[in-house]
Amino acid sequence: MIREITLGQYYPADSIIHKLDPRVKLMGTIFFIISLFLFKNFVGYIVVTIFLISVIKLSKVPFSFMVKGMKAIVFLLMLTVVMNMFMTVGEPLVTLGKLTITKEGLRSAIFMGLRLMYLVIGSSVMTLTTTPNNLTDGMEKLMNPLKKIKVPVHEISMMMSIALSFIPTLVEETDKIMKAQTARCADFESKNLIKRVKSYIPVLVPLFISAFRRANDLAMAMEARCYNGGEGRTKMYPLEYKKRDRIAYAIMLIYLILTVLLPRIIPFDLLVGLLFKA
Amino acid sequence: MNLIEAKNVVFEYFRRNKDGEVDGINRAVDDVSLDISQGDFIAILGHNGSGKSTLAKHMNAILYPSEGTVVVDGMDTTDEDKLWDIRQTTGMVFQNPDNQMIGTVVEEDVGFGPENIGVPSKEIWERVAESLKCVGMYEFRKKSPSRLSGGQKQRVSIAGVLAMHPKCIILDEPTAMLDPVGRKEVIRAIRALNDVEKITIILITHYMEEAVYADKVFVMDKGKVVMQGNPREIFSRSKELQELRLTVPNATLIADELRSRGVNIPEGIISEEELVEALSTIL
Repeated sequence: MIREITLGQYYPADSIIHKLDPRVKLMGTIFFIISLFLFKNFVGYIVVTIFLISVIKLSKVPFSFMVKGMKAIVFLLMLTVVMNMFMTVGEPLVTLGKLTITKEGLRSAIFMGLRLMYLVIGSSVMTLTTTPNNLTDGMEKLMNPLKKIKVPVHEISMMMSIALSFIPTLVEETDKIMKAQTARCADFESKNLIKRVKSYIPVLVPLFISAFRRANDLAMAMEARCYNGGEGRTKMYPLEYKKRDRIAYAIMLIYLILTVLLPRIIPFDLLVGLLFKA
Repeated sequence: MNLIEAKNVVFEYFRRNKDGEVDGINRAVDDVSLDISQGDFIAILGHNGSGKSTLAKHMNAILYPSEGTVVVDGMDTTDEDKLWDIRQTTGMVFQNPDNQMIGTVVEEDVGFGPENIGVPSKEIWERVAESLKCVGMYEFRKKSPSRLSGGQKQRVSIAGVLAMHPKCIILDEPTAMLDPVGRKEVIRAIRALNDVEKITIILITHYMEEAVYADKVFVMDKGKVVMQGNPREIFSRSKELQELRLTVPNATLIADELRSRGVNIPEGIISEEELVEALSTIL
């Protein structure tokens, strides 16, 4: 189960989304996340869903890959849905003892749940189609102006890319340690929550030790390969906007305008009003 | 001129007790002198803790000698201005393949070194392709390293060093974590580099059978070089090697045993083929 975290894992494929400039994908993801919070009704979700599905189709990454990433946030998702369902004040629909589900609550529960799901899927489209190195190159270039105020832009992006590329290794390691501890009678399935939390200590301690050891080895290997910071470094993929990147920006702009405008134009009463005017 | 000259190298580190106070001084490398010339295939043998890895790390300025000097291609390793030139001249491959992969795609990892030394983008791609072809990993260039076997990962690591166009590659127990198949792959790749590309190879290992292909073998124990010579000379001293806790190849052991029982078999047999040949002439 623990191996199935896909966040930060690259899925190699030959698609237009893979080829896009990482800056486009980064900005696109940010715009996409913002767009999720720009509307409050059903029409907006149709626009977002169509957009997301077409991007996924273009990316050639199997949809099941993104769904796997969802498993990591199931708990958070449930919590959000439940909280929204019961905590929103409004017109009551069903009453269960002291708890009431309101019409508004149901609506916001569904919307918040969908938002959260789209948020995770949207960002995993980015990480699945961009190699961490490429992604951090993009980040570095986008944040370049910050260098003027002494932000260590290169170092931050380097750390990010290493952290991302080590996620699968560390996940595998956690799996191994858990198996080793299970063999020593550790109980990870105890019903008692405190016991269960405690049982993770013998997993975390060796994991930390090995992570530090790996970090040490990696630092040495990087130095041995002449890594000495961002100065004088060249890039395998020098970032230059191409025609397809400009088109992608244009599509994003159109998408953003649509998510803002469509939910405002299409509501039924407004539609009727418009008809009457004409 | 020799590519690497080590003169009376000593490396000491402090041994600390639980409270972090200095408990004593350990000598990991103790008065080692050796010369390595361009194009050689050198094997440094020794069991765990013999100081062989520590010595290797002196050759590309990861560690500096406490006493003595290490000169790489005319550059003293303590000269800070030359640090990156030295590391470019002598590339290093480490033991654990997982802990030296920086990229998430094979070709990105190979390109990391050239990126660091400021090679123009177009040339990086040429170097990456060329180095991957050298170690026979070209068709895996788009793969994620986590999907490769240990032997393949180590070959990618070698390509990563190769792409920096070094004169010498130091391999610090590159096969220690591999299965026999992976071990063979890596050794074959290393030999090809030495034969075809004429790159100096320094192979640190505790597997004797890997030292068979070397031009010269150094055996280390307790920080000192205790034996040196060509593999044949070294392997004929199997008694001493066993005292140093090194495993002698089976062929050599069988030949020794037969000789001690009165079979007329020549000394210095290091491979199965040689043993078979020697036996067939007798029978």
